[in-house]
Amino acid sequence: MSPRSLAQLGGPVLLVLVAALLGGVASSSTEVYFINALVGVSIVVALYAFVGNSGVLSFGHISFVAVGAWAAGVLSVPRAEKPAIMQYLFPFLRDHTVGNISSLAIAAGVGGVYALLVGLPLMRLSGLTAGIATFGVLEITHNVLRYYEKIGPGSNAFSSVPETTGLWQAAIGAVAAVVVVFAYQSSRFGRLLRATREDAAAARAVGVSVYRQRLVSFTLSGALAGFAGGLYVHLLPITTETVYLDLTFITLAMLVIGGMTSLWGAVVGALAVSGLDSLLAQAENGLDVGGLLVDLPAGTRLVVVGTLMAAVLILRPSGITGGRELSLRLPRRRREQEAA
Amino acid sequence: MTASLPPAVLSIDWQVLVDAVGLGAVYALMAVGIGLVFGVLRLVNFAYGQLIMAGAYALAFASQWDWPLWAGVALCFAVVIALSLAMDRVVFRPLRTQSPAVMLVATFSVAFLLQSVALLAFGPLGKAASSLGYLNRPVTIGGVDIRKITLVAIVIAVVCLVALVLLLERTTVGLHMRAAAMDFRTSRLLGVRADRVIGSAVLVSALLAAAVAVILTVQNPLVTPDFALRDTIVVLAGVVVGGMNRLLSATLGGFAIGFVSGLLGGALPTDQSQYLPSFLFGLVILVLLVRPGGLFSRGHGPMERV
Repeated sequence: MSPRSLAQLGGPVLLVLVAALLGGVASSSTEVYFINALVGVSIVVALYAFVGNSGVLSFGHISFVAVGAWAAGVLSVPRAEKPAIMQYLFPFLRDHTVGNISSLAIAAGVGGVYALLVGLPLMRLSGLTAGIATFGVLEITHNVLRYYEKIGPGSNAFSSVPETTGLWQAAIGAVAAVVVVFAYQSSRFGRLLRATREDAAAARAVGVSVYRQRLVSFTLSGALAGFAGGLYVHLLPITTETVYLDLTFITLAMLVIGGMTSLWGAVVGALAVSGLDSLLAQAENGLDVGGLLVDLPAGTRLVVVGTLMAAVLILRPSGITGGRELSLRLPRRRREQEAA
Repeated sequence: MTASLPPAVLSIDWQVLVDAVGLGAVYALMAVGIGLVFGVLRLVNFAYGQLIMAGAYALAFASQWDWPLWAGVALCFAVVIALSLAMDRVVFRPLRTQSPAVMLVATFSVAFLLQSVALLAFGPLGKAASSLGYLNRPVTIGGVDIRKITLVAIVIAVVCLVALVLLLERTTVGLHMRAAAMDFRTSRLLGVRADRVIGSAVLVSALLAAAVAVILTVQNPLVTPDFALRDTIVVLAGVVVGGMNRLLSATLGGFAIGFVSGLLGGALPTDQSQYLPSFLFGLVILVLLVRPGGLFSRGHGPMERV
């Protein structure tokens, strides 16, 4: 592996591991923030695999997170407790219960298949039309999961799912997502897709099928999002509202703030926004900063995060990382300045 | 065959039809507001619903302070216009040269921000805006009960749309706005002043938002931080389905989605009415697949050009 790609893969992985180590030494009440942030990394990296490489905005990825969470959740609730919380379940779902790892694999599979089915017609669209159509997918998925009680708890929370997503499962999951996406974007497929992002007409002219490349990426991205949904449902008792508009907004904002066009940006954005969000959440409950007690009114968190997102978008629209991968060398412009 | 139907069925159908037209009228107004700004700025304003939400809070506070009706409506217009101009100055102007994706996410984040500000300032429970409540009483026309507000909404929508057509067709500002919507750069070269055109588009779209706020608070007097959020999402879908390239097709799209969602709401059996969003957005996706450039637009989409 060349030093260049070593930095591009090693940077994000190292950052995830540092976050996990910090979570490991933190108190158990703080640890949950780190686990949340790491699951956030897997969702944002999954989103990046499609949005970042194709340049097409998707508001629908949280629906893949949702179906992944539903698949893993329904199949992980112990057999004896299923009738109590999900009494209308299909017999097949009612009678089968699988372990932690298998449930995550199934979540990824279901997410990928769903994305493939959705993508088959939808990947013909681009621009605003694609944005609205994927939004439609989110609406429909949310609507069906909320009211169709044969496949899950409907509007109730997913209680009784074994809470297996601890710090290490979240960290390994996030690293796995990063490695898979890095392998994808260094592959022939990833390069072809980025060519269509830069200039769709030129890519077509040299024989690249924009549709096929987007579909490949959408499916992979959906599988990773489903996997992240599996991690999520094993973390806390989620409802349909957990995996809806707010999560769509916050993950898109994380990606844009970090820098939409790089894996490094996706990881940095996810961790930076989660970090700030958790800090403010603690400040709302009263936080001791060097002897000074900060106690913000409840709800400040959302306002501050929202302001910051708007500010970053206005002042630095290419994101914190500028949308570039991590590089050990200085950017060319600065090198030239220093040489001069 | 129609004669053999019991009269009750017929009258329910008329009721559904009138309500659907009423909803379509309100959505058409919102579609014009979104479409006008899109025309000159190429920016999809996701935060349009939050302008309406701010106007609705203004009405709620006015009715809480026992202000006369005209003062409340004036406050509503003032708040919406001020917020809209501020939004243009602080958010839209610095982003004018950015890609559509960045602009969309930016307005998405402004929407989220305004909503959380409202949540922080006014709480999640909501306030009642009740000074126009009497408009909810029905009048009976030809055996059909129609809420007065439905008629008012249709009348306001028609008046606003006629006024807008006059503005666009008969005034210099209107001509400039149409020129800018067609080709912004060329129109600037020919002496159209960008800031003034954008300013007027933002202003007109704010006036429409304020009018929609008045209508919606009558239909749904409880004002919460997510007021008009759902409507905005549906209208955005409608505008894209109709075709964003021309104001007329965007407006028709807004009307159509309101009308269809009203009809679906009346036509679906009660045990399936909870799946209304699925049917509606399923239809949206279907139309987008068949006509990605817009249902009412002419010619090919930008994809065909190189």
